[in-house]
Amino acid sequence: MSETFAPVTMAEARPASVVTEGRWIRRILIGIAILFLALFLVLPLVTVFAQAFAKGLNAYLAAFTETDAHAAIRLTLLTAAIAVPFNLVFGIMASWAIAKFEFWGKNLLVTLIDLPFSVSPVVSGLIYVLVFGAQGLAGPWLIDHDIQVIFAVPGIVLATIFVTFPFVARQLIPLMQEQGTAEEEAALTLGASGWHAFRTVTLPNIRWGLLYSVLLCNARAMGEFGAVSVVSGHIRGLTNTLPLHVEILYNEYNFVASFAVASLLAGLALVTLLVKSLLEWRYADEIAAGARRH
Amino acid sequence: MSETSSRTPGRFRTRRHAVLLGAGLAASLLAPSLACAQTELLNVSYDPTRELYREINAAFSEEWKTKTGETLTVRAAHGGSGSQARTVIDGIPADVVTLGIPSDIDAISRISKKIAPDWRTKLPNQGLPYTSTVVFLVRKGNPKGVKDWGDLVKPDIKVITPNPKTSAGGRWNFLAAWGYAYEKEGKSADKANAFVGEVYKNVPVLDTGARGSTVTFAQRGLGDVLPTWENEAYLVFEEFGRDKFDVVVPPTSIYAEPPVALVDANVDKKGTRKQAEAYLQFLYSDRAQAIFAKHHYRPLNRAAAKAEDLAQLPELKLFKIEDLQGDWDEIQKKNFDNGGLFDQLSKAGR
Repeated sequence: MSETFAPVTMAEARPASVVTEGRWIRRILIGIAILFLALFLVLPLVTVFAQAFAKGLNAYLAAFTETDAHAAIRLTLLTAAIAVPFNLVFGIMASWAIAKFEFWGKNLLVTLIDLPFSVSPVVSGLIYVLVFGAQGLAGPWLIDHDIQVIFAVPGIVLATIFVTFPFVARQLIPLMQEQGTAEEEAALTLGASGWHAFRTVTLPNIRWGLLYSVLLCNARAMGEFGAVSVVSGHIRGLTNTLPLHVEILYNEYNFVASFAVASLLAGLALVTLLVKSLLEWRYADEIAAGARRH
Repeated sequence: MSETSSRTPGRFRTRRHAVLLGAGLAASLLAPSLACAQTELLNVSYDPTRELYREINAAFSEEWKTKTGETLTVRAAHGGSGSQARTVIDGIPADVVTLGIPSDIDAISRISKKIAPDWRTKLPNQGLPYTSTVVFLVRKGNPKGVKDWGDLVKPDIKVITPNPKTSAGGRWNFLAAWGYAYEKEGKSADKANAFVGEVYKNVPVLDTGARGSTVTFAQRGLGDVLPTWENEAYLVFEEFGRDKFDVVVPPTSIYAEPPVALVDANVDKKGTRKQAEAYLQFLYSDRAQAIFAKHHYRPLNRAAAKAEDLAQLPELKLFKIEDLQGDWDEIQKKNFDNGGLFDQLSKAGR
C-alpha cells in the first residue's frame, strides 16, 4: 500500500487495499462461514425432512390424512388470511403517515409499532388472556354477550396480528422516508387527488418492499408458536394451528407425523424464499431502476 | 352485486371480484368449523391421557349415536393438569374436566365458581372412575440399581420429574416421596420434608407436564430414573420398545387419584348438560373400565377388565396422602401454594 508511490489510479488501488488478507485467510474465513451455515441451518433442515421420511412416503402422507391435521392446516390458513391483509393495510397506512407527514406523537407511534418485536411472544399471548379471559378486564362483558375470544379462533387471530404487526410497517417506513415526498407533491400539484396520487405514485414505488414484507409477514403468521400457544387452549381439531400440531404429535411419540407436519412449515419457508428470489431475478431491472430514481 | 359492478369501470370491478373471492375463500374455510359446532363436548384433561381419551371418546360417540341417534364429537385438550385448570378458569368452554389431582378441580371451583364445590359427591367413588400410582422407569438393566424411593437421594442419581406447580404427576411424585419418608422416619414431618428436599437436589430439569418429562427421559436420554404415572411408564414400553427401559415397582407408593367432574356453568350455558353427564357416567361403564385397564390405569370395577390387562398392574402397598396430611385444601396449601414446602425447598436448594 504505502511502500510505493507509483502512479496508480484510485480505481486500481481500491480493490487491493480493501482485501489485504492472504488467500488462505480468506479461504478459512469463507470455510468457517459455510461450516457455520451448514451446521446451524442446513443440517437441522435436512434432519426435519429425513425424520419425516424415516418410515417411507406412505407414513409421511398418512400424517396429512388425519382430520386433526386438516383442521390445523385450515386454521393456519384462515389465521394468515385475516392477519396478513390486516397488517398489510395497517402497515401501509402507518408508514405513509409516518414517512410523508409531520405530526405530534410520530416517534411514539414508531416505537409502538416496534413493540411486538421486543416483547416475548409469551407476554403477547398473556396480555390477551388478561384482557379477554374469563377473569380478565373484558371477561364478564364477553361472557354476558356469549363471545368467546380466548381459546377460540378470534384469540388466535388477535395474537397472530399482534406478533406480525411490525413486519409491513417496519419495511416500508425507511423505504418511504428515503423516497421523500417530492413525487407525491408533484402529482398533487398536477391536480391528482390524494388517493389517486397514492395509487399511481406511492404504491408503484414501494411495491417491491411491500411484496417482500408481505411474504415475511405471512411466513411468521403461519409459523408463530409462542403467543398462539398461550391463547389456543390446544383443543384438537379446533384451536390447534400447524406449529401447535407439530408439538402435540411430538409429545405423542408420533415423530414421523410430527416431522412431516414440520416439513410442511419448512417447505413454506423455502417457498417463501424461492418466490422472493424469483421475483428479484425476474424484475431485477425494474428494482434497479426504482432504486436509481431516488 | 351485478348491478353495482356493471356501473363501475373495468379495473375496479376485477378488484372488487378479488375481494369477493377472498371473502368467499375465508367463508369456506370457516364453514366446516361452524357446521360441526352443534353437538360437541370438550374434555379438558391432563397430560398423559391423550391415548386413553382418544379411545374412550370414540367409544362414547359410538354408544351415544346408537342410543340417541345424535352425532356427538368429543374433543380433547391436554396439558399439565395445573395449566389445564388455569385455562378452564380463564374461560375455555370445557364441558367436563378430567384432571390429574383433586386440588386442580378444587381450584377451578374456588376461583371461577364454574364447578359446584361439592363435586366429589356427585359421581361414584368421589369422582374417580379409575386410580393410578407412581412407579419408576429406569434405563435397561437398571444400571444405577434403583429399587425404592430411598435410592432417589443417592448422590450419583439424576431424577426426571415434572414441576409440581403445573403438573399433577409432579405433585404425586412429590407426595409419594414425602409419604415414603414419613412412614420410614417414624412419622416425622420434618425428616420427610428434608428427604424430599434431597430428592429435588437430584432433579436437573422440571418440565411443565408429565408427558414433557417422559420425552426428556426417553427421547432426549436425560436422567437415570423417571418416577411417573404407572400408565405413562408402560406407554413408554409400547412406544420405544422394552429393550431400552425397565419398570421398577417400589414396595410402597401413593394411591394417586385423578378425578373427573362436570363443569356446571359451561354445560348449562351450552345446553350440553345431558350429554356431558352421560359422558361422565360412561366412564364408570364396563366398556370404559376395560379401556382404562388396557391403558394401564387401575379400574374401579376390576371385574369389567380383561385378566391380561389386570395382570400388568402389580400388587404393591399403596398409601393415601389424605391419611398422612389431611384434606386436599390443606395438602395443596402446605406443599404447593406460593411459599409452601416446594417453594421453601427450591429456595434452600439454590
